[in-house]
Amino acid sequence: MTNVYIAGMGATAVGEHYGRDLADLASEAARLALASAPGIAPHQIGAFYVGSAYSEELYGQGQLGAYLASVLGLSPSIPALRIEAAGASGAMALYQAVQAVQNGLPLALVVGVEKVTDHLEDAIEAAQAMAADSNEEALHGVTLTAQWAMLMRRYLHEYGYAADAFAPFPINAHANGAKNPLALYRFAIDANKYRKAAMVASPLNLLDCSTLADGAAALLIAGEQLARELDGPRIRIAGSAVATDTPALHRRRNPLELHAARASAHIALGRAHLGVGDVHVWELTDPHGIAATLALEAIGCYESGTAPRYAAEGAITPTGKTPIATAGGYKARGDVGGASGIYQVIEIARQLSGTAGATQVANARVGLAQSLGGIGATAVSHVLIRES
Amino acid sequence: MNIARHWRERTTRYRLEGQRHRHTGEVRFPAQPPTLDEDPNDWEPYQLSGRGEIYSFSVIRQAPSGYESLGLYPVALVRLEEGPLVTAQLTDCDEADLAIGMPVEMVTRRLMDTGEDGVLVYGYKFRPCVQ
Repeated sequence: MTNVYIAGMGATAVGEHYGRDLADLASEAARLALASAPGIAPHQIGAFYVGSAYSEELYGQGQLGAYLASVLGLSPSIPALRIEAAGASGAMALYQAVQAVQNGLPLALVVGVEKVTDHLEDAIEAAQAMAADSNEEALHGVTLTAQWAMLMRRYLHEYGYAADAFAPFPINAHANGAKNPLALYRFAIDANKYRKAAMVASPLNLLDCSTLADGAAALLIAGEQLARELDGPRIRIAGSAVATDTPALHRRRNPLELHAARASAHIALGRAHLGVGDVHVWELTDPHGIAATLALEAIGCYESGTAPRYAAEGAITPTGKTPIATAGGYKARGDVGGASGIYQVIEIARQLSGTAGATQVANARVGLAQSLGGIGATAVSHVLIRES
Repeated sequence: MNIARHWRERTTRYRLEGQRHRHTGEVRFPAQPPTLDEDPNDWEPYQLSGRGEIYSFSVIRQAPSGYESLGLYPVALVRLEEGPLVTAQLTDCDEADLAIGMPVEMVTRRLMDTGEDGVLVYGYKFRPCVQ
């Protein structure tokens, strides 16, 4: 098996791109990725993986592999396929590309793309609810947001926190997102605003809920031989892992434990011969403070019931012990559905390259991006290392 | 066409029928196919009592398509007295009265707006226990 590297990357702004369609967004991201890798030509791409969660339900397009390969003008003789794992679709597409390159493919292109804002909130909620169990959850009108809300209420109850215990998470996300030109929300919020925000699904309020938006992000994944010919710092994907759990929240022994999040992070770190304490910067699936909290605790950064306390002390900011959402996270950068996993890996790669600007984590050499589908039914983790 | 799909769930939705393990007594709800390492004969149909308590709840203000007519509506994870957790809507209650640990009981109600098939979809919801 050969080592696997990030050879190029690019992303569109996250937003309500009313004037642009899915092909247009994917094309921009792929062109930016190629432009970032001057030594690479499109004809070198040997496989194409697309991650998208909602392309059928909210855009009416199947076969994204063939569809976008044709849009990009890729060789018709290479495999091109779309992968769906709800919010983890893009990360799962990257996982597939990593497998192929490890096994000898010189270069793969991965695109995460989502085009959702042609629809109103009710259709978006219904599409997101498809990540849950259709008979046992979605049929009862339960939304993904409401499921996180129920976990939040239970967490507050079990550990005795006040309702605003999770405020540090969106406050950190917005502080960082304000400095990211590609973020959906480029403004700061404070604890006072958080307390006054209207409820979406109690106890989750508007300022603790991400917004699903349009965007596309792309990565060029290269084997060692090709990567050695390229300029710039070498970012290696040192460990990748997928783990799963039942989508039905009520079938889990303890719903507050995200088993797949724990397993995928630990397997990925094991493959990189690293431990939790070796990671300098994190990207998590953090549409709500409770989501970031349960992931941090599952991974083992903090004991169960303690992450909000550390967050209140600044542990999740760029200068803290476990920096998260340095580009704004799901809350401020925007939830880009299946494309989110690619945006996450791009942010970790920027951090490790030392090009993350105002939210740069000092001396970051190891990062972990974890992408969840639904309430952690699918968990995909990638460990990135900057080689010196 | 979802008519058959709703029809085949009738024992689950109307009677709260799950399954019980013949030897360990473990109760599962809803029933599910045996996993690859289970003996299918070990699981028998089992009707749950419909009593339980609220494990957690939320009140939804942004409804998905098909549920808009409910306006605001409460959903819950209910811990049934036989052990399983179940996801369902709450009904016949005020948000201010809801609390974790509150005893609830099953009732049969309409679950969603009628879709293109015009089928009225009924199933279990839970309400605070009538004293």
